[in-house]
Parts: sequence; structure tokens; C-alpha cells
Amino acid sequence: MKSSVIIFPGSNCDRDMDVALKKFGFKNQMVWHNDNSIPKSDLIVLPGGFSYGDYLRCGSIAAKSKIIKAVIDFADNGGLVLGICNGFQILTETNLLPGVLQQNKYLNFICKNVYVKINNKENIFFKNIKKNILELHIAHNEGNYFCSEDELKLIEDHNQIAVKYCNHEGFENEDYNPNGAIKNIAGIFNKKKNILGMMPHPERMIESYLSGEDGSLFFKNLLENLR
Amino acid sequence: MKIKVIVTLKKGVLDPQGKAIQQTLNGMNFANVNEVRQGKYFDIEVNETNENKAKSQVEEMCRKLLANLVIEDYKII
Repeated sequence: MKSSVIIFPGSNCDRDMDVALKKFGFKNQMVWHNDNSIPKSDLIVLPGGFSYGDYLRCGSIAAKSKIIKAVIDFADNGGLVLGICNGFQILTETNLLPGVLQQNKYLNFICKNVYVKINNKENIFFKNIKKNILELHIAHNEGNYFCSEDELKLIEDHNQIAVKYCNHEGFENEDYNPNGAIKNIAGIFNKKKNILGMMPHPERMIESYLSGEDGSLFFKNLLENLR
Repeated sequence: MKIKVIVTLKKGVLDPQGKAIQQTLNGMNFANVNEVRQGKYFDIEVNETNENKAKSQVEEMCRKLLANLVIEDYKII
């Protein structure tokens, strides 16, 4: 399986993602933001970081970069797109995903492990994954997911909520919501479920001796589903 | 011609920075400050002499880039 990670000026999780994808068997290639096209891929990843210094709004400048047209075309044709953290912000700014990621409710940069509950497994990203609750890492200043009430209804009606913040037992309330995100949303899909954006970083949880291995589960499962 | 744009958060959208500024002002004995909403201001120099044309271009810029209409409103002044 082939994957492409897009590098924007200010991306800083691109190489971690490259390491993770290769570790689990993807043939990964790096693509520069100023390119016009993306080599043939089964998966495109928009990595975490601070693209274009988070100027104007997080992800807003990257959403107008040269490469984004190719990403949108790929997604429109059913291609799999994964946006992590800043990648999620870019996906909302391109309108590939609904809503917006606002500044964290308590104005602090949050860097810690959290638990997220998988809300929908009927999609290529999470189908057959063994666990229901994953321990993943978050590191962001703008992860407070927000959308209008009408939009939220559409998201729920189409089962687009991918992962939600919770405790280790899957219990979700305001206490286990690190950033104020509406409905504890940590990640969402588009309607067709070929695009996933989420704040947590699975690529940071791929070594038991460093952090944890729930990220490994995610990548192994995704690769299996693509085969 | 110079066009000015103000982008503000829509009513009802959480503005934690505005809230922090308001609380700080209250703490500085500006007790009568009830609310602060923080926004952005842009000075845009457009190479155009027709004001209507310039403003309609800036309007498009607002919709496409300067404001995120999910949470923000814009005003051209």
C-alpha cells in the first residue's frame, strides 16, 4: 500500500508519521506543499504541526496551498485522507470536513495522553479494530471542535463522529473533555467516511517502551482494511 | 485604494481570549466592563480606483480566506 504525507512549511509531525506508516508496511512518500500533484497513493496524510506558523487561523493558509487542489480531487474521487491535529484543522478549513477547531477553552496548550472512544467502526479507518477505547496523545492549542447546531445534527444523523474524549472506561463528560470540544468530539469523518480528521496523534503511540501501542493498533488495522 | 476589514466572532461563539481580557480589566478596577469580544483588523491596499469594485473584491477575500464563516462575521469599512 502506498501513502503520501504532505509537508507544509511548519509541519512537524510529518517525519513521525513517515516512520509510523513505514513501520507497519506502507510504502510512504513525502510530498511538498508547492507541488501540483500527488504520486499514486492509497492514503494521503496531512500531518500535525503549525503549517504557515498558524497565521490568520490554524490551517487556513495551508487550505489554499498549491497541493490542496490535488488532495481535494483525490478525496472527491473516494481516496482515503487522514488529517491529524493541524491536518484536521486544514481539512476543516478546506471544507472537506465540517466545523472548525477553535482555541482550547482554558487558553492553554495541552500536551498529554488522553483516552478516546471509537464512535463508529463501520468505515475503513476503524473496521475490525479490537479495542473500543484508545489511549492516544494530544498536543494542541486549537482543538476545541465547534460547529453550528444544525451542522451538529447533520453530523450525528450521518454518524460522522469518529472518536470522542472519555476516561479509560469510556465514560464521557466535561471532566474528560480536555479542550471544550462540542460533544467531546476528538475526530470526525466526512459523510462518505473516506476522510478522517482527528486531534489525537496515533503516530506518537507506536512503541511500548516510549509511550504506548494503541497507535500501532490503528495503523495495523488500517493497513489490513486496505489490503 | 485602502479597504479596511474587521473580522469578529459571531454572537454566541465562545471567545476565551475576550473573556480573559474582560476579567483582567475587571481586576484592574474597570469594574463596569461587562464583556470583551476580540477580533481582527485588516488594512488591504487594492490596486483599484473604483470603490465598489474594490469592495466587492475584498468581500470575496473575506468569504474565501479572511473570515471562517462557521464562527466569524466580517465587516468592510
